Amino acid sequence: MAPLLLAGLMFYFIINRLAQALLVMAVVSAISFSLFNFVGDPVNNMVGQDATREQRVEIRQQLGLDDPILVQYQRFMLNVAQGDFGLSYRIKQPVSQLILEKLPATLELVFASAVIAVFLGIVLGVFTGIRRYSWVSKTIMSVSLIGVSLPTFIIGIGLIYLFAVYLRWLPSSGRAGVIEIGGWKTSLLTIDGWRSIILPAITLSLFQLTMILRLVRAEMLEVMRSDYIKFAKARGLANRAIHFGHALRNTLVPVITIIGLNIGGLIAYSVITETVFQWPGTGLMFIQAVDFVDVPIMAAYLIFVALLFVVINLIVDILYFVVDPRIRRGGS
Amino acid sequence: MNNLLEINNLSVDFPSRRGQVTAVNKVSISVAKGEVLGLVGESGAGKSTVGNSVINLLEPPGYISGGEIIFDGTRIDQMSNEEMRKIRGAKIGTIFQDPQTSLNPLMTIGKQLSETLVETLKISGSSARQKSVELLDSVGIPNPVQRLNAYPHQFSGGMRQRVVIALALAGDPDLVIADEPTTALDVSIQKQILDLIKSLCKQRNLGVIIVTHDIGVIAEIADRVAVMYNGQLVEEGKVKQVLQKPKHEYTKSLISAVPSGDQKLDRFTVVDYIDGSEEKVTLTNVSEHWLSQNKSSQTHNTAITVKNLSIEFSIKQALLRKNRLVLKAVDDVSIDIQTGESFGLVGESGSGKSTLARLIAGLYTPKSGDINIFGHDVLQRSQKAKTSLIRRKMQMIFQDPYSSLNSRMTVEDIVSEPIRFHRSTANSNETSKVVKDLIAFVGMPISSIKKYPHEFSGGQRQRISIARALASRPEILICDEPTSALDVSVQANILNLLKDLQEELSLTMLFISHDLPVIRQMCDRVAVMQNGKICEIAETDKLFDHPEHEYSKHLLGLMPRMDLFRL
Repeated sequence: MAPLLLAGLMFYFIINRLAQALLVMAVVSAISFSLFNFVGDPVNNMVGQDATREQRVEIRQQLGLDDPILVQYQRFMLNVAQGDFGLSYRIKQPVSQLILEKLPATLELVFASAVIAVFLGIVLGVFTGIRRYSWVSKTIMSVSLIGVSLPTFIIGIGLIYLFAVYLRWLPSSGRAGVIEIGGWKTSLLTIDGWRSIILPAITLSLFQLTMILRLVRAEMLEVMRSDYIKFAKARGLANRAIHFGHALRNTLVPVITIIGLNIGGLIAYSVITETVFQWPGTGLMFIQAVDFVDVPIMAAYLIFVALLFVVINLIVDILYFVVDPRIRRGGS
Repeated sequence: MNNLLEINNLSVDFPSRRGQVTAVNKVSISVAKGEVLGLVGESGAGKSTVGNSVINLLEPPGYISGGEIIFDGTRIDQMSNEEMRKIRGAKIGTIFQDPQTSLNPLMTIGKQLSETLVETLKISGSSARQKSVELLDSVGIPNPVQRLNAYPHQFSGGMRQRVVIALALAGDPDLVIADEPTTALDVSIQKQILDLIKSLCKQRNLGVIIVTHDIGVIAEIADRVAVMYNGQLVEEGKVKQVLQKPKHEYTKSLISAVPSGDQKLDRFTVVDYIDGSEEKVTLTNVSEHWLSQNKSSQTHNTAITVKNLSIEFSIKQALLRKNRLVLKAVDDVSIDIQTGESFGLVGESGSGKSTLARLIAGLYTPKSGDINIFGHDVLQRSQKAKTSLIRRKMQMIFQDPYSSLNSRMTVEDIVSEPIRFHRSTANSNETSKVVKDLIAFVGMPISSIKKYPHEFSGGQRQRISIARALASRPEILICDEPTSALDVSVQANILNLLKDLQEELSLTMLFISHDLPVIRQMCDRVAVMQNGKICEIAETDKLFDHPEHEYSKHLLGLMPRMDLFRL
């Protein structure tokens, strides 16, 4: 296929997906806007018990809560489009600034556990797929059941007990060793930082790791039975070329789909993991916001997570395009 | 040593829960350089297992339990995996049946070729590229330099099989094992591929083993033939001698079961050597049976009328109209099928014959044109109730008996479903009686109704499909390549069954096949299709004896030349 035509097809494809992404974002923003009006009266949450009626009316006017819904929605959307999510009811600081402050912690945690899940998931999946009957594979498969069946918080508490309380090797909670580089607060550059991220990252990755492992294994078993693998063997190719050059790549399309969805899942599950390990990220912030009915933070978090999902799915779609030449053909 | 490959007393066992299954039993064959050996037999005969044992790629848990395989003077059946890997590709090339699935879909063919070349010939990447171009050229692929960057899905079936052959020859082997190399291909392409294999064999002085179920292929290409039945070698000799004067009973019946394109016979010759093959259809008095009740009072002479029917599929979607590509799968087709007639539809794959059948059956909606069934316009939207009543009288039998039955339903459930759905019996007792009758009618034992589809062979499954179709009490039967997935002997039985059914129930039949001899035996009239259009409609005998259209002549010329071997 000519490169120019390919680029054109890709462009058409991406525009198409972007339009779908915009639709999703519009729906999500409408839902998060509705939080303001349906999750209790924000004024009650902001003022003390002894505020007078006049004070309340004044705040209502300041917040523009007396305007028609559509006017409020328009104002909300205009602000959101400029990155302005309003002030937190509780901390009285701009929400976007709060999120940006907490974001590095969550992203680093998600990144670390995604790397663990994808790397170990694929390696162990290929291994158990090829050496199907070895006792190592059988052990891995049995142990991996734990990852699927135990809830995240139990695993987290178990790990804290073993490594922090009993063995005293790693800290039980918090994020240590943070240094700032160009406005990004990272904990990945110090030993303390690494020590504190290991447990939450493992906890968060375990479920996804198991899913990827089992999927890769199942796909490998399927692909290894296919005719082109038999033909590759009949041509005298080395095992390494057959397993990694031919088999693994053919398992990738479904695996990429799951990885894409699961990275979204990592962000969602990080709420629980961050709570268990008191990890100062957006998930923990969200839980605290729920406790105090801090609607601007909840709404912003909702939009933010949806945006991440949409972006990840867009990347996944483009990856399909790169991995599988058959998708490049347009409709068939 | 003049034999390239010698197999002595080879036995292959498959241990299973019910004990050992001996797939190959003391088989001895040999191949010399420059010779094509045909290994023929029906499914389950063990012929592919012989091929797989030579390259030591038996499906687990199969293993070689006896005998020896000597290649080029060296015993290879006891070699280690690593030693054997060096022989595969470099000394023994293999071609598999289905070119659709033999190539890695995610790798360009250039990459697959050079990877194989680098591994087997130990040459550098750049000379591998040069050699790939030569190989593609030698198997007749046009523009080999550009095609190196193409992916397998960008080739047609025949071209893909040429790529597979190029890959099998990449390591410059001395022996090539071709396992059903043309079974998945059209007749015209089959001939090209066989010619290619034959000429490569002579040019490179290769030994070739062709494993096939098709005697026509053997007649076309092989020098010697070995006939296998039930894991044993029953006969071996020069092709001419074996096909003209078969000694073994099995070979005799196998040859006579191949449908003849030369003349119309009453019934298909059945391979009577095979144990319990044909069971006599026993149903007394069909005219008073449930099957014949509810016969329509229709007195229409024409069962199906199709007028100017067209359908298009979009191959490439694009924003701009001029960039879009559509395939006219059925293009302005008109046919009339008389009540009680067997109407044949013949053509190569992609000619639109299955699409036409699906249009008539209502599985696709046409772009334009009319379809009348017993005088009723089934495309008309206003009379839906009547249309569904008419459609019920039409049933389809599909090609692949493996995927057309729900594997989680018992045979009884499968066959009774249409009866229960249409509530065409008075009560459940009658339903189960009718199901039993239908099962007996298609020649299956009554005990099979409690079993699941996977417990049956391909031919038996096709019988179940027929019973299911009959359960709707159809008046029109559409058969889409009903026997092309089956062995010759089984094919003969199924086709005889369909003939009997048609006679006894006076069914109208639309019979689709790419197999001309089968069409000749089954049909009263035939339509020849090419590229979505009908070339010629004629009485069967007239078409076969005096074809008028150029394409019909071309197709008839491609029929396997069995007559050369008949005295």
